[in-house]
Amino acid sequence: MKKLSARRRHPLAALVVLLFALAATGGLYAAFAPAGEAKAEQASSQSLAIEEGKKLYATGCSSCHGTGGQGTSDGPSLVGVGSAAVDFQVGTGRMPAQQPGAQVPEKKKIYSQDEINQLAAYVASLGSGPVTPTKDQYDPNGADIANGGQLFRTNCAQCHNFTGEGGALTHGKYAPGLEDVTPKHIYEAMQTGPQNMPSFPDKVMPEKDKRDIAAYLKTVNSKDSKQPGGYKLGGLGPVAEGLFAWIFGLGALIVVAVWVAARTAKARKS
Amino acid sequence: MSETGSHDNVSDEKLPSAQENGHGTVATADDPFADPGMPPHEPRVQDVDERAAKRSERVVAMLFTASMLATVGFIASFVAIPVDKFVYIWPMGNIGALNFALGTTLGVALFCIGAGAVHWARTLMSDHELVDERHQVAAEPDTRAKVMEDFRQGAKESALGRRPLIRRTMFGALALVPLSGVVLLRDLGPLPEDKLEHTLWAKGKLLVNENTHEPLRPEDITVGSLTFAMPEGLDEHDEDFQKEIAKAALMLVRLEPEDIKDKRELDWSHEGIVAYSKICTHVGCPVSLYEQQTHHVLCPCHQSTFDLSDGARVIFGPAGHALPQLKISVNNDGFLEAQGDFEEPVGPAYWERRA
Repeated sequence: MKKLSARRRHPLAALVVLLFALAATGGLYAAFAPAGEAKAEQASSQSLAIEEGKKLYATGCSSCHGTGGQGTSDGPSLVGVGSAAVDFQVGTGRMPAQQPGAQVPEKKKIYSQDEINQLAAYVASLGSGPVTPTKDQYDPNGADIANGGQLFRTNCAQCHNFTGEGGALTHGKYAPGLEDVTPKHIYEAMQTGPQNMPSFPDKVMPEKDKRDIAAYLKTVNSKDSKQPGGYKLGGLGPVAEGLFAWIFGLGALIVVAVWVAARTAKARKS
Repeated sequence: MSETGSHDNVSDEKLPSAQENGHGTVATADDPFADPGMPPHEPRVQDVDERAAKRSERVVAMLFTASMLATVGFIASFVAIPVDKFVYIWPMGNIGALNFALGTTLGVALFCIGAGAVHWARTLMSDHELVDERHQVAAEPDTRAKVMEDFRQGAKESALGRRPLIRRTMFGALALVPLSGVVLLRDLGPLPEDKLEHTLWAKGKLLVNENTHEPLRPEDITVGSLTFAMPEGLDEHDEDFQKEIAKAALMLVRLEPEDIKDKRELDWSHEGIVAYSKICTHVGCPVSLYEQQTHHVLCPCHQSTFDLSDGARVIFGPAGHALPQLKISVNNDGFLEAQGDFEEPVGPAYWERRA
């Protein structure tokens, strides 16, 4: 008990208490809610999710995005960004943002997937926008990897590099590396255009194409992607490879050349 | 060496100026830049100890044997390892087993030959320093006199000096003959003519989505999105596809009309949709690193930055002029179409470029 009381001033204490309170409220509601028709129940669970999401939003998001998602000077309006944007931003830990800056980086995610879904439901209720994709929309299995590669090189490689290693933009902004980003988040990023990334709506890049791109990235840049040629040296292209050869290859040759011409061990005159 | 004390204790004849060098020339104390000659030869361990020499011999033989084994390993890997086998090797990750085995064994085989040869040369081959005197560059006076005499006689017998007509026509013929080679260069290809000034875009050509190959409608292009378009009628299987798309490549973004600062840009846009050449005006890299919040486009080659909300003005970097804009509108069927070609040549400047 002492331990618990010592942590009562922890910055996350309020959140934890709130979560307990929410869970308790939700549990009590679930326990006492009248059991009705299946459809009505679904609808009520949806509105419940929006309710819960609204509370989460008020605690975690409203300071920057405004109490009704209308946006403030510190954060953009969330009306019409859709549930996919919330799922991407909160699911990759970008939101809630740590500090203002050129770009909000990816970090450990804070909310559970259930909470993210509630937040997404609330934000989606503010105005219609891209909807969180379902698994068969982004599942890379069975997608056309070659087509995905061609689309990636046309639409994405200019910023993210041809195998999704990422790259620099202006004034401290950057296109992040895409290694091991889940296909769902890849799909959502293309749908919603997070931060300075342009979006690629379905009219311009159909669902199937997005799925192909996710499959291409899984093939060339994930933990289990295969490198037929050996060590990829960061996959940054011929400049990095050339620098490596010039510095380490020629460096090693110079060291060996110096050693070859060095004096050999002499027998001391006794 | 037995010199252990300070210089004060060294007797005069042991100081460098008085010391005799390996080849017997004595440097005089008067000459501060005298050739000190070679340092005295010191034998190596292997020169005096036969057991050490044997050890070196064994090391060299071992390296050569290792090379042989590695070559056998190379052939065995080539035969035994299938092309599509992958192995996890830290820190390289999942890499092709065959290429890794071939590279490693060939590397070891070549390295061991080199290392063996170097060890052999350093420890066992003779290491006595030799001085090889340079030859005099000029020939002997007799030889030079003979050559001059022969030349003078040849010149006299050819009568070149006495018959100027022959001399002049010969020089004329020799001077003209390389011109044939220069003229042949004309066959290297057709002249560029005005091809640099024109692209496939023309009045009424539809803007076709590069991803779906479908004509674009204004409502397909939302604020914050980035779309690449090519002119209607251009097919990826066309023989000159690469040549044409390299000039006609187009990027489309939609801005809020009130965000557009440049009046001509607004006139040439359709409901805020602006179409710009994708070819950087510096050295022609594809420039499409579009930041949807700032409306900046960055070129990855030399960091030229263009402001798409202000006539694609250059705001940073070495590019000399703004990206060319394509004037667009909507046809009767509701598709986006070009209102003509770019008004200026796309891509980098060149000598004959106007404006």
